[in-house]
Amino acid sequence: MEQNKITEVKSKLVIIGGSAGSLEVLLQILPHLHVDVPPIVVILHRRTDSESPLIDVLEMRTKLRVKEVEEKEPVKQGWIYVAPANYHVLFEHDQTFALDDSEKVNHSRPSIDVGFQSAAEVYRDGVTGILLSGANADGTEGFRKIQEHGGVTIAQNPETAEISYMPAQAIHHHTADRVADAEGIVAIINSL
Amino acid sequence: MEIEITEEDLAVILNDVLDIHGYDFTSYARASLTRRINRLIMLDKFPSVAEFRYKIRSDEFYLKRFVEEITVNVTEMFRDPQFYKVLREEVIPTIATKPFIRIWHAGCASGEEVYSMAILMHQANLLHKTLIYATDINPDVIDTAQRGIYPSAILPLSQENYLQTGGHGDLNGYYTAKYDHIIFNEELRKKIIFATHNLVSDSSFNEFQLILCRNVLIYFDKNLQNKVFHLFDQSLEDLGYLALGAKETLKFSGISSKYRQLGKERIWSKIK
Ligand SMILES: C[S@@+](CC[C@H](N)C(=O)[O-])C[C@H]1O[C@@H](n2cnc3c(N)ncnc32)[C@H](O)[C@@H]1O
Repeated sequence: MEQNKITEVKSKLVIIGGSAGSLEVLLQILPHLHVDVPPIVVILHRRTDSESPLIDVLEMRTKLRVKEVEEKEPVKQGWIYVAPANYHVLFEHDQTFALDDSEKVNHSRPSIDVGFQSAAEVYRDGVTGILLSGANADGTEGFRKIQEHGGVTIAQNPETAEISYMPAQAIHHHTADRVADAEGIVAIINSL
Repeated sequence: MEIEITEEDLAVILNDVLDIHGYDFTSYARASLTRRINRLIMLDKFPSVAEFRYKIRSDEFYLKRFVEEITVNVTEMFRDPQFYKVLREEVIPTIATKPFIRIWHAGCASGEEVYSMAILMHQANLLHKTLIYATDINPDVIDTAQRGIYPSAILPLSQENYLQTGGHGDLNGYYTAKYDHIIFNEELRKKIIFATHNLVSDSSFNEFQLILCRNVLIYFDKNLQNKVFHLFDQSLEDLGYLALGAKETLKFSGISSKYRQLGKERIWSKIK
């Protein structure tokens, strides 16, 4: 009985999308996250020539471990995974990562919509999606997919975003369940 | 509401494609394949999965479109310039001593990386004794690659990448521009053999000093990756090189003990 219960526990995943101005918010959020939060996947639009310094920058701000997503690796608790430049991040049903270099979506690869949608299909109502600052509408459609599968979507409060367009789009299209500033986002993730 | 195929739908579709048409996609990584099929169903406006499935079973021409559309054919010239820089500076000088050089691009898509390679070989004064085999599962992209005609719009990025590989001057001398297109010179094209080749079902066809298979294996499951690594191993001369995409590795494969990685690059040399 007890055993059964444990295997029935739903896997959770936090997936964060951001574009221009999002790194700063992320750096405000990370230091306050507890080590027992669900696996976190970060999809940021970034210039293609930047290599791994992003990993180093994030690593200095968190107690969690940080790495770039590798194809076929299992998604594990205790880690923050960063989408590599030039690849979409997808999830397989066995909760491993897949990478895909197909066409850009919303002029972006990695695309936040693509990552959100795939996360929703695999983790269903276990997904918490977070959309930060940005000048692009990427993420709004992915939010809709997360909602359709029973997950929760949180947009950064556009008033606190360096570039409000991205979270504002999600709010405008009614795909954000909640609106929160960095502090609120920390509280939500820590409560998962 | 868009159609999203289930895992069962996918299995049925892949079995049909294999049984009826002999194309085996059953060992492809599921997440990407599912996304490609959903996209195709949407693009071609199928009202249901059943109708899509019927079309695939019954229409030989549509199957051709299926293969063209579910494979990801994105590519560019000198993609990952740093990679080409290492080819230029470390790999090519090593294979230069061979009397005759054979190179295989497996999964070359529309051929941009093949012409990039031919240009590097030309600049190393090796093209005259080089033969490049360029293969892909998708006949449509092989056709494009063989013609060597591309929209001029690819030039700015190609040129920018080229300079970052340590190349000098510009690419002007390698093509002729007509209207909004360019065509690569005969001098390059005559050194390349284009053919369809399916890494899942076709066997080794020669021995090479250098095999490039970039951004193809990410679409395969682990077993198929391993099988293809063995195919490459059989097709590589001793001390030959295998080059993979920026996110692919030989590390966990059955042949890894026979290979040594070139620093941090996704290039391995066969040491035994
Ligand atoms: C993303 S493209 C990579 C192109 C190029 N190598 C590059 O890195 O830019 C992947 C290519 O692999 C080809 N491919 C997929 N499955 C294959 C198979 N079973 N055998 C041979 N080629 C395959 C696709 O048709 C596609 O052209």
